[in-house]
Amino acid sequence: MNNIALKDLLYKIADDQLIIGHRNSEWTGIGPILEEDIAFSSMAQDKIGHSYAFFNVLHELGESDPDTTAFLRNAEQFHNCQFVELPIGEYDFSLVRHFLFDHSEMIRFEMLTNSSFEPISLIARKLKGEVKYHIMHANVWIKKLGTATNESIERLQKSLDEAIPFALGIFEESKYEEELANEKIFPGEIALKERWIEQISDVLKQTELQLPDLSLTEARTGGRYGRHTEYLQPLLDEMSEVIKSDPTAEW
Amino acid sequence: MYGGGNLFETPKLDELRNEDPIKLKEFEDRIERGEKIEPNDWMPALYRKQLIRMIEQHAHSEIIGALPEGTWITRAPGFKRKMSLMAKVQDEVGHAQLLYSAAETLGKSREQMIDDLISGKSKYSNIFNYPTFTWADCCFISWLVDAGAIVNQTANARGSYGPYCRALDRICAEESFHLKYGHHCVIHLATGTPKQRKMMQEAIDRWWEPLMHFFGPPDKLSVHTETLVKWKVKMATNDENRQQFLDMYVPKIWELGLTIPDPNLKKNAETGLWEYTEPDWAEFKRVINGDGPCNKERLAVRRVAEERGEWVRQAMLAPQSKYVVPLA
Repeated sequence: MNNIALKDLLYKIADDQLIIGHRNSEWTGIGPILEEDIAFSSMAQDKIGHSYAFFNVLHELGESDPDTTAFLRNAEQFHNCQFVELPIGEYDFSLVRHFLFDHSEMIRFEMLTNSSFEPISLIARKLKGEVKYHIMHANVWIKKLGTATNESIERLQKSLDEAIPFALGIFEESKYEEELANEKIFPGEIALKERWIEQISDVLKQTELQLPDLSLTEARTGGRYGRHTEYLQPLLDEMSEVIKSDPTAEW
Repeated sequence: MYGGGNLFETPKLDELRNEDPIKLKEFEDRIERGEKIEPNDWMPALYRKQLIRMIEQHAHSEIIGALPEGTWITRAPGFKRKMSLMAKVQDEVGHAQLLYSAAETLGKSREQMIDDLISGKSKYSNIFNYPTFTWADCCFISWLVDAGAIVNQTANARGSYGPYCRALDRICAEESFHLKYGHHCVIHLATGTPKQRKMMQEAIDRWWEPLMHFFGPPDKLSVHTETLVKWKVKMATNDENRQQFLDMYVPKIWELGLTIPDPNLKKNAETGLWEYTEPDWAEFKRVINGDGPCNKERLAVRRVAEERGEWVRQAMLAPQSKYVVPLA
């Protein structure tokens, strides 16, 4: 089995989950209504838990322990897509990101349930059951707010327009697409993107929202190769503030 | 997390003169027999008023209490702490939701309560007006503020109002996990590197007085609460709660090699009671009345959160929305 390709795949999944979970946790205590505060926070916990599961697999493949890997790398060593590192913005942006990202995540996990690398397929099977609820949550809110008031529709549309180029960056191909597909580890980003477009279009059709023309949209890529926006390094500095204050300590 | 029943209004006896004496007697007999009062049961106006006040203050304390710890979620050191703290703070927000619902059964809407919080009309636990400078401050809250809250809430869970008692039972079950989490964090700091031990000791030094305040003014200075005790609204006095807390936790703090910044703190072997320096009650009053280090910041965060979420709440109420089917 091609370990370099495998690790590349695992890093991007783990990093995506860690950073989106970190971002969504910023809503804890300040959500638009209590119930939504609780829901966002719960999903953020799930994402951090998912990243932990993948960092553990990486550890078994010889990488450092999950805390070291997650908390002590610099931005250019992260493989997450740029989409997940963007600030939470207003609730409309966070909701749209949750909707677009989580659909991709659901399909990715579905694909990975058939992975020839068993540790991944086992995790994917388990996590798919959690992400199912994240998708239900996202769909309910997109349908609700995407048909409710002029303000809610305008806000969601504006956020959707801003988010789409970054969302397309989720599917930035790695150097190892062919190896991963040949070894039946992961079928590839192109196949994932096609299914994603179908799924999100199905939901958006039930709202007043318009999906921008994807053929005219340039994807914001680079994240998978360590090129990030100005927002990632400050996020990582904050995340590691305590752990770096005494690196010899156990916390 | 919620401290002593220290913010009751002095009940005015003439408020009871207008009540039907037969119904009042039946009501008091039911409480005496240990029955729970439910939302649609008859109750004196004063009982309703004091309960709304108490449950509302408790709910506000949960939602404001989420802020000083919530700010450490993004900085928690390592996966284990990060995931636990996220879950813990989420629990606190969940407690607020439970408690606002319990208070709503008495006739005040959540919106009114949150408006009163933001306008400063209703209060919350004073301890959350202090800042969490370091990770150790956050750990102190998780262990010892939650411990204090459990002492108070376990007592109140035996009270007379059904919806509040049931909410408290659920809350205390969750708080007991917070306590374990917080204790675990403090043990790691107290037995860790010199830097960690220093950080933890400084947190204890900073938080001890606010924690003593947390249980409310001494009984000799407290307002007249006999009626509230008889109606099982107030289940233990401030001093009783404070004594119980000291008895349970001072030995645990000392056991970790930490010191408590009160040279007079000791248990009197004869009386079985703890002796301590009275905390500065003028400072307590000053902070409750809005002049603490973080009062303005806490309320500002809440106000901004409400303003930013306004469009979402409006959209939820919009009749033209096509999608109204509930999730489950």
